Amino acid sequence: MYIVIAGGGKVGANLTRSVLDLGHEVTLIEQRHDRFGLLEEEFEHRVQLGDATELFVLERAGLARPPDLVVAVTGDDEDNMVICQIAKEHYGVEKVIARVNDPRNQSHFDLLGISPTISATSIILAMIEHEVPEHGLIHLLELRKENLEIVEVQLDADSPCVGKQVGRITLPPGSRLITIMREGQAQMADGATELKAGDQVLAVLEVGKEDELKDVLLKNR
Amino acid sequence: MKALVIGCGRVGSSVALELDRLGWDVTAIDEKEDALHRLGENWSGGFVVGHGMDIDVLRQARIEDADAVVVATDGDNTNLVIGQLAQKRFNIPTTIVRVLDPARAALYKELGLWTVCPTSTAIETLTQAVNSSAAREEVRS
Repeated sequence: MYIVIAGGGKVGANLTRSVLDLGHEVTLIEQRHDRFGLLEEEFEHRVQLGDATELFVLERAGLARPPDLVVAVTGDDEDNMVICQIAKEHYGVEKVIARVNDPRNQSHFDLLGISPTISATSIILAMIEHEVPEHGLIHLLELRKENLEIVEVQLDADSPCVGKQVGRITLPPGSRLITIMREGQAQMADGATELKAGDQVLAVLEVGKEDELKDVLLKNR
Repeated sequence: MKALVIGCGRVGSSVALELDRLGWDVTAIDEKEDALHRLGENWSGGFVVGHGMDIDVLRQARIEDADAVVVATDGDNTNLVIGQLAQKRFNIPTTIVRVLDPARAALYKELGLWTVCPTSTAIETLTQAVNSSAAREEVRS
């Protein structure tokens, strides 16, 4: 594959090294002179100096070929968005991957149709949530295209659904219980399954329904 | 009519003042509180301190009510992203984006964004000025 990587910081440099090891052809673009000097010592002609949002820089990096993949991993979200847009819309690059530095900008990437995106902050945050399940509901997986997510809910003795059969619980529209983890064993959640305190329930639901699901499974009213 | 001016530097502040004089209800946004000084002591329009890519800041400036948005921060890519937010997320009918790089200005114009490129204007004006003065010389000689 031919891969163009924009941004030669820690992420970009390590990524370049890794994909080169995998045998791919790579061009790395870095705009800071001092950083470029360091990268050139290691990557030689595979690194180019310039602003990867400038068309002549992208063209020099072979965007017109076009590459099989463009990865935008600079430290500026707006630059990453523009690089991916130019790659897709102007050069017809089919696959782009963008780094999201500030998770608050995620919705901007979504609005502009830039996907997939990777945010180290969001990944670490999800792991913290998983380790410290204070919120009662843990996000396990987001299925962005389908607008669905899979969450885990930890039931305790106060949960209003404990002692009820799954079939008798009125779940919010657009949500389903998938499995129940009990004493280290997973079982499919069918209508007759009775929920118990200590159960870890996996649920699939439409994005934005978390609070409604929490009301049904966790909050005693 | 309400206008938002995002980026209150030399260009943004002058646009804000001029629109205000023409009777627009103007709110300016800038990251730096100091930028307010550019609008003068008698500025009666709105001013919000914050980044134009921050949805909360845009809402605070009541972007939903805006008829026009002018984006003129000092970063081309920042402007291109904010312009697309105004256009696509908030459906502002008149969104105008200042882009200094002629290549990106042309590319995003093709993509449906109203870009204005002062660099291109300067290039044209300078070239024409030189060329027409040469023509005058030729007539004289």
